[in-house]
Amino acid sequence: MASASRAIKESKGDRIVMAVIYAILSIVLIVVLYPLLFVVSSSISSPAAVSSGQVWLWPVDISFKGYETLFKTPLVLRGYGNSLLYTAAGTFVSVMLTVMVAYPLSRKTIFGRNAIMMIITFTMVFSGGLIPTYMVVREMGLIDTRWALIIPNAIWVWQVIIARSFFHSSIPEELMEAAEIDGCSDIRFIWSIVLPLSKPVLAVLVLMYAVGQWNAYFDALIYLKDAKLFPLQLVLRSIIIQNNSSNITDALKQVERQQLAELLKYSLIVIATLPVLVIYPFVQRHFVQGLLVGSVKG
Amino acid sequence: MEASTRRIGAVKSFKKHWQLYLILIPPMVFFAIFKYYPMANMVLAFKDYNVTKGIWGSEWVGFKHFELFFNNPVFWDLLSNTLMLSLYLLAVVFPLPIILALMLNEVRSRKFKKLVQMVTFAPYFISTVVMVSIIMLFLSPRLGFANILLNSLGFDSVNFLGEPSMFRSIYVWTDLWQMAGYSSVIYLAALAGVDPSLYEAAKVDGASRLQKIRNIDLPSIMPTLVVILILTVGNVMALSFEKVYLLQNDLNRVSSEVIATYVYKVGLLNANYSFATAVGMFNSVINLILLVMVNGLAKRISKNSIW
Repeated sequence: MASASRAIKESKGDRIVMAVIYAILSIVLIVVLYPLLFVVSSSISSPAAVSSGQVWLWPVDISFKGYETLFKTPLVLRGYGNSLLYTAAGTFVSVMLTVMVAYPLSRKTIFGRNAIMMIITFTMVFSGGLIPTYMVVREMGLIDTRWALIIPNAIWVWQVIIARSFFHSSIPEELMEAAEIDGCSDIRFIWSIVLPLSKPVLAVLVLMYAVGQWNAYFDALIYLKDAKLFPLQLVLRSIIIQNNSSNITDALKQVERQQLAELLKYSLIVIATLPVLVIYPFVQRHFVQGLLVGSVKG
Repeated sequence: MEASTRRIGAVKSFKKHWQLYLILIPPMVFFAIFKYYPMANMVLAFKDYNVTKGIWGSEWVGFKHFELFFNNPVFWDLLSNTLMLSLYLLAVVFPLPIILALMLNEVRSRKFKKLVQMVTFAPYFISTVVMVSIIMLFLSPRLGFANILLNSLGFDSVNFLGEPSMFRSIYVWTDLWQMAGYSSVIYLAALAGVDPSLYEAAKVDGASRLQKIRNIDLPSIMPTLVVILILTVGNVMALSFEKVYLLQNDLNRVSSEVIATYVYKVGLLNANYSFATAVGMFNSVINLILLVMVNGLAKRISKNSIW
């Protein structure tokens, strides 16, 4: 009913404003979508079409040469495997540690919880910086080990804030007291009551840590020297940004090599982004939720 | 009396909830080792690092490294590059998502609204490496989309990434492309919480669409806006190293060398630990001061602050 009356009363000025808004949003839509479509289309076009700039929007001479080459390249496969491993292990460790700090700090009965929270939040606004942190990681003997990508950035304060405010508002203290009276220990309470009740926030934590870990390259850049341990993002950097595709296209003739090198860049972008973008429509809701829970406190 | 009851309360709490304190230990060890221990390591800035003697055994040199940095000709370049990029970023990437949210909020077709939100949110998930890869492919002098477009209009090709004058614009506008949808979500949520009776009242008063946006929508997202502004300004100096470093090359270095990339090169690549620590510390301290100042200012002006 509101919309009907509004439609009648709509003045000319309002209609113009509306038209402008729709026009701008349509342009925004195209500007955001076009590069994405272009990359995907290029990745499934023929090497010759890509390297002569024939692709505009839709694929030209559809071919999967780029993907075929990538799936035969040990460097890329190993990077992919490493990234999957870091993402799985890193996410597990991070979520576990985040719950371990967020849940106790959400309970009123814990002594000094606000002070501890302050100590943790302070690390958000001030940090030792690159070199001092590097020295610590080195002292711990983590340089050039897989742990370097999992441990030093395991807990994000932002995630602690999100999880803590969820526990605080969704797991009533009374429930904990009732369980206590029944002789349920705190750890068992977390395991069989808190975690099952916290699936929405666990989903947020898992997704944010997983995407962060999959997309990260900085820690690998500074802590890893052994190319066998490199995550996909570093492999990508070397092939696309530093333009080192020689060890993939070695066996080919000059022209063919150049054409393929160009195509490979697009295919690589797609395979590196696909895992995240494929799940995105299903998980966007959780991300928005996480963003909002955090902002209440933020 | 306060103190003693508190102590009794603490002991009781420890006894009763020892398991909760127990699981707090590993995360706290994490913060101690990887967040607070590096802060202690910052004393490096006041020492001449000596590998055999270690951080604590190295010799004190006072403010030598800071003086070296301030007297170094690169100091002003680094500072101005860092600030100019940050402020440009702030001027573009802070307000435009708000406008996007305000526009989306006016859209009545739910499908269209959802589509725009969905599409603009997607680039947030693209990694920095992929983002920079796409930028390089689009701006490539030979095959890039931008140059093919220029050529077809009769212009010569431009090596965009090799032009120092273009570096900042490339950085900032691609950042907007990536972050606009994500950043607008918070504002959209605030707008969804506006009391509908306000709109009804505005309609009765014959307010136009723009007047409604100005007098109802904007004031209702103000608290959110201020908090985000504080956080953004507070991070002005903490420019992300990742994207700058990947976009950087020898040709655009004049405008792309910022404090973070300099620290990385001097510190990790040239192993000049003490000096790099001093530079990094200068950066962190300025940042902290900015944050405290902006927060104080916001508290005075609008009563919104982050603590």
